[in-house]
Amino acid sequence: MPATATALIDCDIHNHLTPEAVARYLPERWRAYHAQFGRRATPGDFYPKATPMASRTDAWPPGGGPPGSDLPFLRKQLLDAWPIQVGILNTLISIRNQHRDFDAALATAANACQIAEWLEPEPRLRASLLVPFEDAELAVAEIARHAGDRRFVQVLIPSRTGEPLGKRKYWPIYAAAAEAGLPIGIHFGGWSGGHPISGAGWPTYYLEYHTGMNQTFQAHLISLICEGVFEAFPRLKVVFIEGGIAWIPPCLWRLDRCWRQLRAENPSLRRAPSEYFREHFWLTTQPIEEPPEPGQFLQMVSHLGMDDRLLFSTDYPHWDFDSPDGSLPSSIGEGLRSRILGGNARALYGFA
Amino acid sequence: MPKHVVSTVSEIPPGGRKIVEVQGRSIGVFNVAGEFFALRNRCPHQGAALCTGQLGSAVTSTGPGHYEVGRTGEILRCPWHGWEFDVRTGQSWFDPVKVRVKAYETAVAPGSALRPPAPGLLPGPYVAETYPVSVEEDYVLVEV
Repeated sequence: MPATATALIDCDIHNHLTPEAVARYLPERWRAYHAQFGRRATPGDFYPKATPMASRTDAWPPGGGPPGSDLPFLRKQLLDAWPIQVGILNTLISIRNQHRDFDAALATAANACQIAEWLEPEPRLRASLLVPFEDAELAVAEIARHAGDRRFVQVLIPSRTGEPLGKRKYWPIYAAAAEAGLPIGIHFGGWSGGHPISGAGWPTYYLEYHTGMNQTFQAHLISLICEGVFEAFPRLKVVFIEGGIAWIPPCLWRLDRCWRQLRAENPSLRRAPSEYFREHFWLTTQPIEEPPEPGQFLQMVSHLGMDDRLLFSTDYPHWDFDSPDGSLPSSIGEGLRSRILGGNARALYGFA
Repeated sequence: MPKHVVSTVSEIPPGGRKIVEVQGRSIGVFNVAGEFFALRNRCPHQGAALCTGQLGSAVTSTGPGHYEVGRTGEILRCPWHGWEFDVRTGQSWFDPVKVRVKAYETAVAPGSALRPPAPGLLPGPYVAETYPVSVEEDYVLVEV
């Protein structure tokens, strides 16, 4: 039996909306476009993953369809297998900066599909709101369409964007999200700018790609803080989803040191970068770092100094899934474990 | 160690497997080219049902650009994170000293040798009911 007595909040579940499911909610014009021309390919993005659909090999629904596409099977394998009180869906359909009107229609249709086929039938589920994030005007319209619907808990932006997320082209999204009381959830993936995953070009192996996922998050951390986003939007909250944790303390040390030396370059930054980070950011745990000694995990948590900002996530049904009772080291103690598994997410998202 | 009758030989053909429950433990019994091996059905990493994973081969290399494939059907990959284990020993492929899954001794015995009171044998699912059978089969035993 699971060792986790506490009611869990899983902050990263990937439901799969099939093209057929999304098409049911597209208006006629875009359904025809989608059927005839399809969606833009993403060369260089999807490396051959470790497993088909990058999923646990036991996550294929027995009734057919890809992993994450079958709500009853997702209930059985995840929501009922552990005491999960709330699960947050970050659906796999990505908006690919293809055609601004199609992108917007796709986001609207996917959100409608999630309401009808996932959130209505399963009250334990919440979802991140999909928006055409490279076009702030249309993204703001999608936020306005759903503002006040508490089943959508944050605005989703994939990490591989066209530009670093501190750029002002994205600011209207932050204004609308802060106004609606929604955090911005930045999840690994996407590919709307054509950039390699590494700042030095394209790697050869999926091992390099998977290890290097956090590079995009580092770019956004630095950009969001240095561009002054949190001076402009003091109520904005940002959740890094699947971005890793252990790299962050040394990044903040480096950033603070540089800021002390270079602060004249952007005088609108009134505080040390690490102060903005600790005030405005939350972090999901999966894929959790596994240092060779358990004590090193505690050191990392201590360096981070954000015990109230760590949010448990499984990444179901992906192959690098973290088990609720098998991933957090026992050395962290019951108090912190309970906060990570549920308390911190309850406080952030306002769950009962 | 007591031996438990867990299967007929014909139930697990070469390349096949059977997940059995012995004394509260879930155990995977594998037939590798006629030899039987048994592993605890729980990955030491995060607890997945290891023995439901895919069986593959070991790829080794003497240096960049060189690849050798061997041990076909003898390397078990966990269905979650792909940790690889030697199905013969339970040793992990990447860290055989520190990371392993419990392996159990197996044996094959003819039904005629298993009729009570066979020494050292505990009752299993195949002795719960006794009816006359016309075909005498061989059985797989696991020591737990």
